[in-house]
Amino acid sequence: MKGLLIISGLGVLAMLAEIFRFKKLLLPIVLLGIVAAYAFNFMEWNNGFVISYFNNMIAFDKMGIAFSGIIIATAFFWFILANDYFEDETNVVDHFALVLFALVGALMLTSFKNMTTLFLGVEIMSIPLYVLAASQKKDLKSNEAGFKYLIMGSFASAFLLFGIALIYGSTGSFDIMEIRQHISAHTAELPTFFYVGVVMMLVAMCFKVSAAPFHFWAPDVYQGSPTLITALMSTIVKTAAFAAFMRLFMIGFAGVSELWTGILAVIIAISLVVANFSAAMQSNVKRMLAYSSISHAGFMLMVILANIRSNISVDAILYYSLAYSIGSIAAFGIVYNVTKGGDESFDAFNGLAKRNPGMALCMTVAMLSLAGIPVTSGFFAKYFVFTAMIGTSYKWLLILAVLTSAVGAYYYLKVIIAMYFKPQQNTEPVIVERSQVMVITLTSAIVIAIGVVPGIVAEMFRF
Amino acid sequence: MINGISINYYLLLSAVLFIIGAVGVMARRNSIIIFMCIELMLNAVNLLLVAFSTLHGDASGQVFVFFIMAVAAAEVAVGLAILSMIYRNVKSIDTDLLSNLKN
Repeated sequence: MKGLLIISGLGVLAMLAEIFRFKKLLLPIVLLGIVAAYAFNFMEWNNGFVISYFNNMIAFDKMGIAFSGIIIATAFFWFILANDYFEDETNVVDHFALVLFALVGALMLTSFKNMTTLFLGVEIMSIPLYVLAASQKKDLKSNEAGFKYLIMGSFASAFLLFGIALIYGSTGSFDIMEIRQHISAHTAELPTFFYVGVVMMLVAMCFKVSAAPFHFWAPDVYQGSPTLITALMSTIVKTAAFAAFMRLFMIGFAGVSELWTGILAVIIAISLVVANFSAAMQSNVKRMLAYSSISHAGFMLMVILANIRSNISVDAILYYSLAYSIGSIAAFGIVYNVTKGGDESFDAFNGLAKRNPGMALCMTVAMLSLAGIPVTSGFFAKYFVFTAMIGTSYKWLLILAVLTSAVGAYYYLKVIIAMYFKPQQNTEPVIVERSQVMVITLTSAIVIAIGVVPGIVAEMFRF
Repeated sequence: MINGISINYYLLLSAVLFIIGAVGVMARRNSIIIFMCIELMLNAVNLLLVAFSTLHGDASGQVFVFFIMAVAAAEVAVGLAILSMIYRNVKSIDTDLLSNLKN
């Protein structure tokens, strides 16, 4: 909770920077604040007891704290990476404030206890992102991305709200625990519209995590937004949306799991197939990464499915979120630098191994991790998901996941082949800022490190 | 029953309004009308929440409506800002012109 308050304070402080003229100091202040938020978060983890705030609207339990930790750590890396994005812009402080407020929404989503905080968390996270997606005012692509994100986002929110209203109507409460108790006490007498409400909330949450067939906005938005904002969307926003999905369905609607697990299995199957085959056909790197994020959404949803069926601990999804977020930060950091010239196709990577051998190596690590090749953390992330799935009745989904992962390896390797084996048109090395080199190297090292000792990280999240 | 009217009628009215809004968002090409349709969807939810709130004799549903109104206002403010930015670039608010993002 203290972490959430610190980051809200930082957001307000960032808006004052323009008036009191400490723009230059803002980045160090924000980074310090994020470290402080992480430290408080860590202390709350060690405390071991849960305090609920505002009439049980929000409470940071172990699951919430673990997801908050992942989000805050990713945000720290993101802010260092985004250093020069902030320098280019005229209204820097607004951008800082918007990102920080989106972060506040993300932290609320990890630990809501009430439908009100769920809705407010979704909106506090999304509204700044609509602005950030459209932040390149003269670029029509960026405008279009922002507009599409806004329309699809509010459309999904309307579904979420209608679902909340129907559930409130049938259970008489917005509180997740009270809804859970009501479901278990009155399973037989729930009206039909309660089930409609659950399905509508499922659809809305699938929109938010961009699972197929509700994914169509994601490739456009990811492509059109400024690359660093895309990095923010595919790491922090995704993790937060998953945390919310898990809490809502595994705690709130666990009593009616027969209803939604079947639908979820179909959604996962469609996500895996559509995302992997579409990604293989893309020529734009950002679009490819967007489809890749949809397929990763499918994998993360599989953990929820496995968990509800056989009560396996949730550390698999925490490990997956961590591995995916850190790997994506490294990948997007490199994509940002390589595509600075405007060319976003795979050809931009041609001969990168000769121009910037260090960057090419880090990109290779990130791509191998996203593809799930051993020694990188991505492999163990997938391994944990598969072991969780083995105990369930959804063996067909497991086979489909393994097959589509093989398709996935193809498009990730396409980037590696371009870097190492394609002739270069341009012999000038890409100039990368020193702070960015540091983040990219560090995140790639973490990807390897948590892949070498997966047990320690998974153990760390156990509670 | 609220004032002698069964809750099912409230439910039906909200569902119809919501569906009109949802179809409008998907079918219309004018950005302003799309925003109006989203507002219609949100107000269908407000109506339903108030009806259920009265049915249960519980004020929290009506408080929730205030949150929805505030958030909807913020969303529309951002939306209209983006729209005026698009209008400056293409001199139109037709969504058919927004199809520059493809492979």
